[in-house]
Amino acid sequence: MSNEVISEIKRDHIMNLLTKGTRTDGRGLSDIREIQIVTDCIESADGSARVKLGNTEVIAGIKIIPGSPFPDTPRSGVLTTGAELIPMAHQSFESGPPGEDAIELARVVDRGIRESGMVDVDALCITEGEKVWMCFIDIYALDYDGNLFDASNLAAVCALKTATIPWVQYGLGEEDTPLPITCMPISVTSCKIGNALILDPNFDEEHISSARLTVTTDDQGNFRAMQKGGKGSITVDDLNDCLDAAVEKGKEIREKIAQIIG
Amino acid sequence: MSGHTDMILVDENGMRIDGRTATEHRPIKIEAGVLKNADGSAYVEIGKNKVLAAVYGPRECHPRHLQNPTKAIVQCKYNMQAFSVSDRKRPGTDRRSIEISKITAEALENVVLTELYPRASIDVYIEILQANAGTRCAGLTAASVALADAGIPMRDIVPAIAAGKADGQVLLDLNKEEDNYGQADVPIAIVPSTDEIVLLQMDGNMTREEFDRAISMAMNACHEVYDLQKDALKRRYSTTKKEDDADE
Amino acid sequence: MDRRNAKPKRELVLPGDVLDEDGAKAGDYAYAREGKVYAAVLGIKNVSPLGVGVIPLWGQYMPSAGDLVIGIINDIGSSNWMVDIKAPYPAPLHVNEVPWKVEFGDTSRFLNIGNVVLLKVLSVDESKKIQVTMNDSGLRRLEGGMLVEIAHSKVSRVIGKSGSMIQLLKGLSDCRITVGQNGRIWIDGDEDRAAVVAEAIKMIEENAQSSDLTNRIKDFLEARLPAYDEEE
Repeated sequence: MSNEVISEIKRDHIMNLLTKGTRTDGRGLSDIREIQIVTDCIESADGSARVKLGNTEVIAGIKIIPGSPFPDTPRSGVLTTGAELIPMAHQSFESGPPGEDAIELARVVDRGIRESGMVDVDALCITEGEKVWMCFIDIYALDYDGNLFDASNLAAVCALKTATIPWVQYGLGEEDTPLPITCMPISVTSCKIGNALILDPNFDEEHISSARLTVTTDDQGNFRAMQKGGKGSITVDDLNDCLDAAVEKGKEIREKIAQIIG
Repeated sequence: MSGHTDMILVDENGMRIDGRTATEHRPIKIEAGVLKNADGSAYVEIGKNKVLAAVYGPRECHPRHLQNPTKAIVQCKYNMQAFSVSDRKRPGTDRRSIEISKITAEALENVVLTELYPRASIDVYIEILQANAGTRCAGLTAASVALADAGIPMRDIVPAIAAGKADGQVLLDLNKEEDNYGQADVPIAIVPSTDEIVLLQMDGNMTREEFDRAISMAMNACHEVYDLQKDALKRRYSTTKKEDDADE
Repeated sequence: MDRRNAKPKRELVLPGDVLDEDGAKAGDYAYAREGKVYAAVLGIKNVSPLGVGVIPLWGQYMPSAGDLVIGIINDIGSSNWMVDIKAPYPAPLHVNEVPWKVEFGDTSRFLNIGNVVLLKVLSVDESKKIQVTMNDSGLRRLEGGMLVEIAHSKVSRVIGKSGSMIQLLKGLSDCRITVGQNGRIWIDGDEDRAAVVAEAIKMIEENAQSSDLTNRIKDFLEARLPAYDEEE
């Protein structure tokens, strides 16, 4: 996601450790970094979460606003996801409208949420064909140390999970209700460095990797979204390893979230 | 600033709707060094305002035509996040954020010893996570802590706070309701060691006497904010560097 | 004077704090105004014959002529390389400043992007334009080993009083250690031992203010360094 030059010495050191099954921060190849989640941190949002994945930090906020449905789905609410790689998060990020990296990030997070049916959009209808709830998910990277895909996915789903529909604010009801959530789509990103596959890459690892695969699973361990990135390739065996890891780690992460936010 | 409302903002005892007296600011929380990548950073809460500031630099100035051969320039980007206000704010810069960015950068450039870094740029990023009247002051307060946290040479740390007028009374640090239905708002920032003013705006309607009171109230409060800024920086030092006074 | 009793208190100062009101001169990272000296950075107050100043706790590395630095090549021109030396300014390494005969446009055959080089700062002019050189004994491309980055303000602690700390690190670990003034440190030697040295250096950075650091590092190294087959 940036053009940082990684020194040859650091690259060789990382590759060398990988052949011995370890990484610069002491992790095994399929270990993910520590996850910290704080929800309801922004009162002006209808749902919010600040998530740390190691030293990567992301904030996501949900705004739920009444609006018009699309003509072809008159009974369904609207979901929109945006992501910004603000210059606060890394020296290589520039201000200005989202570039291709930010747009890819937003679309991959959106796809997992949309395709898993996490938000029951049919329950967001206020008046058929006229008025529905529009749910905006806005994601900001605050500190970038690799794997913004999984950090952003986590922040977005935790913010949605704890969001409420503001019926009272818009004079549409007597009481705010929780946003209807059906499942927790969790993405797990693998990177290929040399012949090694690692999970949850940090900045240096991400920058020397040749290919990346993000796999999003639902509560049943079914696949809901995938995105291969990077100029290199992955083998079918790599793919199978990534899929297995996504199912297994997805389950662990879901349990972790349940412990933290219920 | 509509200037009239049925809402009572200051009661007969001089109490405001959030229980403050005229000269009290909202609760303030300041934390220094909250981000890893940035050279310096700070998090500030003033009442319900929540603000993050990050500093990168001094570093090579981009775009190059902005370079000054004799000193560094201070560039600032103030940004309100989409969910920071009650109606969703459309992402991207608008005229208001460009203006705030400009006056913030100017206030900071006044204290930074820019002549030490010719041709370089010191970049300040302010993100408003939650807004509730007074974000430009919270942003500047956070930014100057972030500058000090980055180890950038500067004359002093700049605190900022607003005074204003609501229900015909001069009040310190207006909250959202007082800002919406009050009659005036005067954000200021100072250099505490000299009491020079480095940021000043005013909108609304005030007499000379009211304005004088507002300024002296805000300047006093700036010194309180200054103490909190310094505490935050000292705490940062004591948590990251365990002072070990055992004898050598 | 008994040095133990005269041990100066480490006084933490912030920008704007008054350092002196009795007519002292302003030293490093300090400024004078109306007869008083004020601190200009977050750091430790430092009184020296040159004036009252501050030793910064962190901040950007500013190169000065003669500094030994470790750089990373991040761009290549037809007659020079651009080197990142962790300073606010890029440092060009001109083809005349390397120990090889380089034809115009042939630069990438000698040094490439990502290569790590040990250099000396040749000059820094008034507008902070930097020149670096590889033409001096010991200056070269660094290959293999590990690269550690610390705040440049902590470099003096890694070296220690008259080199005591660096000698300790080298002596106990048997690693080659090269310290750049810009906060980059290269460690070469047995991999597991180098990793322990890297950890020790991070420890020095984090505890730079504490006294008795040398003994703590010694204990750490002795406990963590993998033993050789035979004890010395």
